[in-house]
Amino acid sequence: MLNRSLINKKYPPVIFDVQKQRIIFFAKATGQTDPVYFDESKAKGKGFPSLLAPPTFLTAVVYEQDNPYEYLNDLSIDLGRILHAGQTYKYHRPFFAGDVITMNSQIVDMYDKKNGSLQFLEFESIYTNQKKLLVAQSLSTLVVK
Amino acid sequence: MKKLNFKSAKVGDRLPNLIINSVSRKSLAIYSKASGDHNPIHINLDFAKQTGLNDVIAHGMLIMGYLGRVLTDNINQHNILEYGVRFLSVANIGDVLSCSGSVADIIKSDSQRKIRINLKVENQHNEKKITGYSIINIS
Repeated sequence: MLNRSLINKKYPPVIFDVQKQRIIFFAKATGQTDPVYFDESKAKGKGFPSLLAPPTFLTAVVYEQDNPYEYLNDLSIDLGRILHAGQTYKYHRPFFAGDVITMNSQIVDMYDKKNGSLQFLEFESIYTNQKKLLVAQSLSTLVVK
Repeated sequence: MKKLNFKSAKVGDRLPNLIINSVSRKSLAIYSKASGDHNPIHINLDFAKQTGLNDVIAHGMLIMGYLGRVLTDNINQHNILEYGVRFLSVANIGDVLSCSGSVADIIKSDSQRKIRINLKVENQHNEKKITGYSIINIS
């Protein structure tokens, strides 16, 4: 069983300096076609300050830390037993190359299904920009095999 | 880029399908670098086998990224209020993915008109990989 005393555990903030090249690379890796994601002049032509970050780019913030898997140590489980079961984003305002995003995450729930053979872990993350304005919220559901 | 106008959207209206042809080792390696998700299960065959898999598997978030293009290829991103998915089964090397979406609900409130789009990804064997939804502002 997962250690339910970890519910509400908060993890240290992760700070992500959004670079143009990183948005371009991510947009290309996911095949984005709208030039607002990779052509700065087109993005500026739309009235944006720089390249727009695509909707799932927020996932890159998670990995901008020395150990993105600290929670696995807390739970005493191996990386190979974890699968991503669900992901939801609520968007409050766009962000762009040049912005600095801060992510604050915490474990918000743990539960099991199928008589305990599948265990689930839910993280909520809040993303804010350098003006401390809310950018997005996410809920990530992980399953432990 | 020309985007769709949903002012007169009806339940059942479909967004253009997107075909990903196909999931490759190279696309997983590139996505690992682009996202920073270096979990070896996506790039290291030995590690994948140790966990009981036959081969490496795609990042769920890569497939969510592909599915998100059904939205961003057709809708201005500032109108996307929510986007969520459930990962039902893993996508494998060689999978050809069909990403699709259709209008599931028209939501009217005093301040905003919104639509709900239901989304899914299936492979060439009609196996569902992801189901998802998005809430779009059409005011």
